[in-house]
Amino acid sequence: MPTFVRTEKCDGCKGQDKTACMYICPHDLMKLDKDGSDTGHAMKSYNQEPEQCWECYSCVKICPQNAIECRHYADVVPLGGSVQPLRGTDSIMWTIKFRNGTMKRFKFPIRTTPEGSIDPYAGKPEADMANIEKPGFFNHNEQNGYREGDPSELICK
Amino acid sequence: MSEGTFGNPTVVEEEVDILMIGGGMACCGAAFEIMRWAEGTDLKIKLVDKAAMDRSGAVAQGLSAINTYIGPEQDPADYARMVSNDLMGITRDDLAYDVGRHVDESVHLFEEWGLPIWKTDENGERFDGSKGMTTLKDGGKPVRSGKWQIMINGESYKWIVAEAAKKALGMDRIEERIFVVKLINDKNDKGRVAGAVGFSTREDKVVVYKFKACLLAAGGCVNIFRPRSVGEGTGRAWYPVWNAGSTYSMAAEAGAELTLMENRFVPTRFKDGYGPVGAWFLLFKSKATNAYGEAYMEKNKAMLDDYPPYGHAAVPASCLRNHLMLKEMKDGHGPIWMDTVTALANLRETLSPREVKHLEAEAWEDFLDMCVGQCGIWVGENIEPEKKNSELMPTEPYLLGSHSGCCGIWTSGPDDVGAPTTETEAGVPEHLPAGWNWGYRGMTTVKGLFTAGDGVGASGHKFSSGSHAEGRLAAKAMVKYCLDNKDWTPELDTDVQTLVDEIYKPVRNFLEFKDYTTAIDVNPNYITPKMLQFRLQKIMDEYVAGVATYYNTNAEMMKVAGEKLDMLKEDAEKMRAKDLHELLRAWENYHRILTAEAHLKHIEFRQESRYPGFYYRADKNFVDEENWHCFVNSIYDKETKQWTCFKRAHVDLVDKSKLFK
Repeated sequence: MPTFVRTEKCDGCKGQDKTACMYICPHDLMKLDKDGSDTGHAMKSYNQEPEQCWECYSCVKICPQNAIECRHYADVVPLGGSVQPLRGTDSIMWTIKFRNGTMKRFKFPIRTTPEGSIDPYAGKPEADMANIEKPGFFNHNEQNGYREGDPSELICK
Repeated sequence: MSEGTFGNPTVVEEEVDILMIGGGMACCGAAFEIMRWAEGTDLKIKLVDKAAMDRSGAVAQGLSAINTYIGPEQDPADYARMVSNDLMGITRDDLAYDVGRHVDESVHLFEEWGLPIWKTDENGERFDGSKGMTTLKDGGKPVRSGKWQIMINGESYKWIVAEAAKKALGMDRIEERIFVVKLINDKNDKGRVAGAVGFSTREDKVVVYKFKACLLAAGGCVNIFRPRSVGEGTGRAWYPVWNAGSTYSMAAEAGAELTLMENRFVPTRFKDGYGPVGAWFLLFKSKATNAYGEAYMEKNKAMLDDYPPYGHAAVPASCLRNHLMLKEMKDGHGPIWMDTVTALANLRETLSPREVKHLEAEAWEDFLDMCVGQCGIWVGENIEPEKKNSELMPTEPYLLGSHSGCCGIWTSGPDDVGAPTTETEAGVPEHLPAGWNWGYRGMTTVKGLFTAGDGVGASGHKFSSGSHAEGRLAAKAMVKYCLDNKDWTPELDTDVQTLVDEIYKPVRNFLEFKDYTTAIDVNPNYITPKMLQFRLQKIMDEYVAGVATYYNTNAEMMKVAGEKLDMLKEDAEKMRAKDLHELLRAWENYHRILTAEAHLKHIEFRQESRYPGFYYRADKNFVDEENWHCFVNSIYDKETKQWTCFKRAHVDLVDKSKLFK
């Protein structure tokens, strides 16, 4: 299901140097066609290598214009279905359309804290350099997750 | 500084103390851990990622489960035992045990940062992670979809983990869209790493780093074998296509010892979309059958007796489960079905209508969180899992060290779990360490070169959470290493201009010859990265136990493959890059070739078929516990371009017989 960009919806992220889809694609697939020489559509982005698309939907989810969709791999999948998300700050909505017209909608949580709110070291101890060669992280067992283990299990010790 | 042009890039030289290469779970863990230990040390730290950290690495798309969560009720030794059996008895218990005792510390942080984790209430009813129930840290009960797995609402898993990493490190220490392609040894000590070189995929810029230590955690290797789908569907690999073997190849060229590069993972997945099967088997209790409704795991159970003791554990090794399925396929009893219809019907019998609706959403979320492409197959083929079963298929082979595979780099482990300090196998090159730990956790056999996640060999089943924890362990050790080597100054063994010329060679190949022919893709003076990749995939598929031969090979086939790979390596010097995107592909493919070669050399060296169901040496089609219950390790000489393979002794640090009681 390589992604494709809807011509009338993409605004090239308003003439910025890079688009949101270019920024996010893990495989460097999305490209802004600045002068239209690649696609005939200047200042719009496109998937430059669709056969390398993992369908990770990163571009679909991040596009501020909802201009990006997927068309299922033509060499594998019958035409007509679509799977389209709308990603918010705390949940994602999926609209699923089958080839035969059946529709389904799902909404799933994606995050329990506001985006950008992580304060990584708030309330965490500093590292104790005396422990740098011992097991455990800087915040050893602050998360209550260190599993000490039964020493008798270690048969060579 | 003058602007670079295509063919004449700007060269930026930078000296840091620690460079982290990669932005996936391992490097995100390292980024979070390292800044606390480095506080007040003046160490200069930097992270480079070839993509954007919010969506890079194997977790980019999201996940529907965290596959390694020990929980308070299990022991790290239980975990090490499971890892060992699933990988046919040859893993490093020290590494697995160490991940096991640390991993939950990372999982609890993920929840604190905002990752929704499913919970079970006192009546056993399941709830998604947004309901504000007691956290795992405070004793909340996760939803187990297996002995080690817990279910999450993980669409934004990587986004959340990356936010913590980026905040911890600070954006001024991070540069994205930098693809590091080579490590550089020290001028005065070839057993030490002193720098790395790479390029920007966004501007004409080559970057040269000098450092004391680096964390190389750039994922596993995808697309060295011809995939089952070869048109647009090529991209629908099971593991992410951007895993190009960079970790293994760069480490090998720097002289690092690799381990178990013969190991591969051939996951059985939903056909074509490669959607996950774990929740279907373990949470929804679905069964897999042949075309005639026969459950092959029961029908072919006796075949497990051929592989004692690994076939006799409560959960037989993954490769053996494939082995039993392949029997049906080879006998002409396909297609293989996942019986979703019966599974969901059985569950409905005991559930309320509200719970049934929830169950349907869970089944879809499993794909939507981590493999939307599988939903694409379902909608295109009108498959509703309660009405129509789905096909299963073993994929093309993948090389990785964090999921259900264990190839990778030989890495220093913890020194407090009873690991060997000597080596009993003859033939290990003298310059390599004898025991399983040599001072710094996560360091490879090259001084200053650390790894984590897919990079660490002989320790599979870490998955996302274990990779994060392993990155944290390496970060801590790197700080210690730098403090211990405070007065040492790195000097590169190669001059910068030579490095720039080498990196930009594909660009210059293109610029020099592009006008020789009228069609830029067909030119006798260069080869496109895409065609080179096709050639690699054809060789590996047809001769080195790909899907074309039902995963069979033999010494003669590998001999042919070796000759073809030698010529492919020569031709790799002639790859072209018509733009920066193609330069990225060219270097990814260079990494793939070397990784593929390591895979071939290791399978050739190991005179048995250690992983039946993943690959078979038809000329040595047995597991030989007497002679080959050992690690196969190797080193690569970048000057002569030759591999040296050798054995290392395997030692159990936890009692494996408990698996079979």
